[in-house]
Amino acid sequence: MMPFIIDIADLHKTYHLGRVRVPALRGVSLTVEPGEFLAIVGPSGSGKSTLFHIIGGLTPPTSGHVRIDGLDLAEMSDAGRTRMRQRTVGFVFQKFNLLPTLTAAENIGIARDIAGNNDFDRLQFDNIISLLGIGDRLHHKPFALSGGEQQRVAIARALANHPKILLADEPTGNLDTANSQAVLDVLKDLNGRLGQTTLMITHNPDAADFCAHRIVHMKDGKIV
Amino acid sequence: MVNRLVLQNLLHRPIRTLLSVVAVGVEITLILTVVGLSQGLLEEASRRNRGVGADIIVRPSTTQAAMGLSSAELSEKLVEKFASMPRVSMATGTTVYMLTNYLTTITGVDMDAFSRMSGGLKYLAGGPFEQPFDAVIDQVWAEQRKLQVGQSMELWNRQFRVAGIVEPGKLSRIFIPLTTMQDLLGWRGKLGQIYIKLKNPDETPAVIDELKALLPGYNIFSMAEFTSLFSINNIAGLSTFIRVIIGLAVTIGFLVVMLSMYTAILERTREIGILKSLGASQFYIIGIVIRETFLLALLGIGVGILFSFGAQGIIQHRFPILVVSLHRDWWFYAGLIAVGGAMLGALYPAVRAARQDPIAALAYE
Repeated sequence: MMPFIIDIADLHKTYHLGRVRVPALRGVSLTVEPGEFLAIVGPSGSGKSTLFHIIGGLTPPTSGHVRIDGLDLAEMSDAGRTRMRQRTVGFVFQKFNLLPTLTAAENIGIARDIAGNNDFDRLQFDNIISLLGIGDRLHHKPFALSGGEQQRVAIARALANHPKILLADEPTGNLDTANSQAVLDVLKDLNGRLGQTTLMITHNPDAADFCAHRIVHMKDGKIV
Repeated sequence: MVNRLVLQNLLHRPIRTLLSVVAVGVEITLILTVVGLSQGLLEEASRRNRGVGADIIVRPSTTQAAMGLSSAELSEKLVEKFASMPRVSMATGTTVYMLTNYLTTITGVDMDAFSRMSGGLKYLAGGPFEQPFDAVIDQVWAEQRKLQVGQSMELWNRQFRVAGIVEPGKLSRIFIPLTTMQDLLGWRGKLGQIYIKLKNPDETPAVIDELKALLPGYNIFSMAEFTSLFSINNIAGLSTFIRVIIGLAVTIGFLVVMLSMYTAILERTREIGILKSLGASQFYIIGIVIRETFLLALLGIGVGILFSFGAQGIIQHRFPILVVSLHRDWWFYAGLIAVGGAMLGALYPAVRAARQDPIAALAYE
């Protein structure tokens, strides 16, 4: 049996807002196999974004056990989590989060620059660009791209360093139906072609059903 | 790629970039102009002293600094005594009065002796003194005060006729007869300094030794040594003044850059979050801010050098007696100072950006 690429046990995360303690995750346990497409579905405030941030190394857990590709996040320093974000995980956000002053190609290039990735597979990358259908939009800045195009550029950026895990947080949340379906098609297709693990957060059960091998539901900081 | 991001960041907010560049430019201009003015005036004074044609200068023992104005305390009889020394070709004495409002001096000269020593003044209009209350002025002073031959100029509540206008470069901008100045200022029989010309200039060190033995405690210099003392470090308070101006200029640059980068960081909070989500380290973020600041400073230095040429032109057009000397070595020093100030100003915003929490930054609207 292959080891889990994501292995979470009894994960807690508590935020402190002044003197108020806000428990966001209350004992989450979850395992994900390499290459699996997992959808996490839940209402606002269920803790799915917090789980996403912890898996992505954007914030440390308060307690519990989190192993990502064999690395224990609880033991990891801020610098260690930074290195993990460079190569192990790639993010796709609801609001696209492209750098507005750079072109699409430069937005993708800067991810490689940050990771110090000079030996990337050009052919594979060109194939991804072709699959995403943004080959003729690479020299445009975000303001000149449609929402769907921006999200496809963001997906290309997330894949620029060939991460083992793709984290997509409500990737269709800011898109119309046609563009949403196009993005879901791309995510599903890339997961099948590249075999990388994909976690998608969504509140849309139909989107989860369409893409995911497995769906987990969250409510009140727990998997239900 | 990061350089592209830095460049695009600067182009994204052209007004802020322009203001920052201009602020650094003003800082550079301030430094170059103040230093250039100080050096220019000193170099001009040095050049005019070299134009006297003497080999040795003797000044009273009470003159505080080599560059200080001599009070008229030397006996006029010393001129004859020096002239009678076997290795001396000739000697002549002068008195000097500072026109503090104009940063220039009036010199009382024995025009015949001074002309023999210096090779003579070159008259552009008029001629030498004819009467006790005649003055000879140089072209720069004539332009500054809009004076022509035959017109009057007031000195010590007396009217002096402009007898001649000469080429600048020899000793002073305003000459009046030595005896007139001695009478008006109560210095009869006294001199401020005595210039000595030798038969053989190679004997200057030997004659200086002889004079020092004869007049212990007097300030006696070769003209080469004396003119080399015309430097910023030898003028009491000048180097302090320049340091204060440089300090003010650096403070301006520091504050403007700090404010500019701080607002840039605030505005780009979300972008910093994006970079962090891509795995940008704290050093990477600091590097972006530092590179951006360095580029601003470099542009500011270029603008400042151009501005300083503009300032030089304006000053010398409006005040011909002021000489602004823009030395290239000071382009480098001023640039170094500006870059240092800008980097200090960028440090806090850079560290603040680097320490931003990525989740909070990504949520920033």
